[in-house]
Amino acid sequence: MNQNVFIELINPFKDKVFRLAKRLLTSTEEAEDATQEVMVKLWNKKDNLDSYNNIEAVAMTMTKNYCLDQLKSKRAGNLKIVHNNYTDREPQLDKKLEDSNSLEWVEKIINELPEQLQILIQLRDVEQYEFDEIAKIVNMNETAIRVALSRARKKIRESMINTHSYGIR
Amino acid sequence: MELDRIENILEKYFQGETTIAEEKELKEYFSSPNVAQHLEQYQPIFGYFSQVKQQKSMQEIPLQTKKRNVAWLSIAASAVVLLGVGTYFFVSEKNAAPAVAQSELGTYDDPEEALAATQKALALLSNNVNVGIESVQYINEYEQSKNKIFKQ
Repeated sequence: MNQNVFIELINPFKDKVFRLAKRLLTSTEEAEDATQEVMVKLWNKKDNLDSYNNIEAVAMTMTKNYCLDQLKSKRAGNLKIVHNNYTDREPQLDKKLEDSNSLEWVEKIINELPEQLQILIQLRDVEQYEFDEIAKIVNMNETAIRVALSRARKKIRESMINTHSYGIR
Repeated sequence: MELDRIENILEKYFQGETTIAEEKELKEYFSSPNVAQHLEQYQPIFGYFSQVKQQKSMQEIPLQTKKRNVAWLSIAASAVVLLGVGTYFFVSEKNAAPAVAQSELGTYDDPEEALAATQKALALLSNNVNVGIESVQYINEYEQSKNKIFKQ
């Protein structure tokens, strides 16, 4: 397998890997490092990539594990890093200020969820994976995923309603 | 789109029972300008999901395929260095060889022969020295005539 073939292979899910990493690690730079790490690992395994029937799911699982490891080692080092650089790189100048403000709220709320729920929200609501694909990535059964997802969505709703009616009630 | 239907899907959504198609429908509904007022609070959630999906990694992924070339390069480099050092020693040894040979010139195994050769060499030396002395002899003539003139 040469470089071009490999690039072709990873292109469809490269950004998904990046977004999942960003969901968990928050900072863009760290997410890019994680993406690179995962891709290089895949590249090193390139000779037996054919033995996996779903490379995308493998990549997503690797990303998930890598990011959780990163978080764990950071916490073990007693370093709590709070990132506030929620800059989105796409120019969205036409967005109303109020609008982007409430989108930031959603981001904050999701970031406060437990990691497992963040992963599920990212995979389902952002990347729109089917449940059987998510099951492969996170190694859970579909029912458990549905239950957890419902819990996460309700939590987001709850926090949103609290923010939305803040100062009114 | 019927409001009833959306409310229905929304309810299912929070139960985690919607399909991808239904979730897409929700996203579309909430990105449209005419969202029912009592549902407006959900707009940012779906707006956020759509927005986040636009994010892309800007980074190039460095794939190392040149690792082997680097190994070959280092092998070649060390070969050149070894060759250079080897040539240097080889050449300098060649230059040093005649010097050694010269110092070994005039070695005799037989002592008598050695004595004869030494005497011959010394005689040659003293002959040359005598020639030198003869050529300075006439300076004595000056000395004698000087002593005649300047009597002390």
